[in-house]
Amino acid sequence: MGRFHWHTDDSTHDDHRHSHDHHSNDHHHGQDERIGDHSGYETGTRRVEVLAAILGENDRLAAANRHDFDAAGTHVVNLMSAPGAGKTALLRETLRRLCPTLRVGVIEGDIETSIDADRLDGLGAVVSLVNTGQGFGGECHLDAAMVRSAIGRLPLDLLDLVVIENVGNLVCPAEFDVGEHRRAMIFSVTEGEEKPLKYPIMFRSADLVLINKVDLLPYLDFDLELFRRNLTDVNPGATSLKISARTGAGLGAWCDWLSAPHPPWPGAGRPAERPDAEARARREDVS
Amino acid sequence: MHELSICHAIAGIVVEHAGDRPVRTVNVRIGQLRQIVPDTLVHCWSLVSQGSTLDGSRLRVESVPARVRCAGCGHTWTLSAPVMLCGQCGGHEVSVLRGEEFLITSLELGEA
Repeated sequence: MGRFHWHTDDSTHDDHRHSHDHHSNDHHHGQDERIGDHSGYETGTRRVEVLAAILGENDRLAAANRHDFDAAGTHVVNLMSAPGAGKTALLRETLRRLCPTLRVGVIEGDIETSIDADRLDGLGAVVSLVNTGQGFGGECHLDAAMVRSAIGRLPLDLLDLVVIENVGNLVCPAEFDVGEHRRAMIFSVTEGEEKPLKYPIMFRSADLVLINKVDLLPYLDFDLELFRRNLTDVNPGATSLKISARTGAGLGAWCDWLSAPHPPWPGAGRPAERPDAEARARREDVS
Repeated sequence: MHELSICHAIAGIVVEHAGDRPVRTVNVRIGQLRQIVPDTLVHCWSLVSQGSTLDGSRLRVESVPARVRCAGCGHTWTLSAPVMLCGQCGGHEVSVLRGEEFLITSLELGEA
């Protein structure tokens, strides 16, 4: 999961027939003017157009979170990575450096325990823990509602910066806008150069990619240039920083990035979801 | 496995739109640039709908290929891999035209 799951045609997934059914015979790859026109539904049924964004409720709550952050003048960064990439270790070192001058809050997402939140104790930040463990297996990501509940336990008006430490996962957190202003992700050099190609959605969604554990490079066969090429292929606009939470290398630049004024949020909803973008896409297909 | 929580979100929207009519089919449109595995979503739908008013309904996923355009030369193409690199001019300024959709498009409802 998490990789491109692509068919070479516009096939559908159907839980009853377990086969691919095709809308029509006259379309070919990349051209589906009949989008949304599902033929073959049973007689006696009535079709109702809905056209509702599936994550609409999440996006509304994310906008409310962002509104609250803006009203309080608090800059918010969503920090994501695979498990073990070093989010909490980096946060500890970050708080040591920033807390003397900035008022920092941390929203700590963890499936079950308070271990990570405990590791951040006593470093001068206000920590709000969100356990995502309710329900079967626990949620693998933070969503806007969870962050909203965590905000209620933070004195936003007194904070300059809030870092949201997402659940360790390279797949699910990328899908959920939680109201952050910018996204940073940590990639550690022990994970392998091909990861941007395997998890393109996560790498594509990051404004900044931290390349962590660079102190291990002399002991690894890791090809940094190949990793950077793969990253640029999936996210041409991404900036990256080489860091080591253990030695402190690169942490000055990371703290500068965190403290810098953030550009305005580009707006809720992804461009391709907007009706005008869809109409434009149709024109592209026809031309 | 966020497909499970996504199915809960879909169910909430469906119930709101269906009124008191039984839901036969839920049609969703998912761009291939979304982090959703259609087969997993369909499986999760059977778990989420079971025992609810949506029991027996089917989820039909329409997959939308990712169309992108190079800002440099205007070349437009369909991605076959997640690489934002123009095959014509080698440019990296590529914008997504289509493939990030994530919508419930329609419902097929029975008689109340």
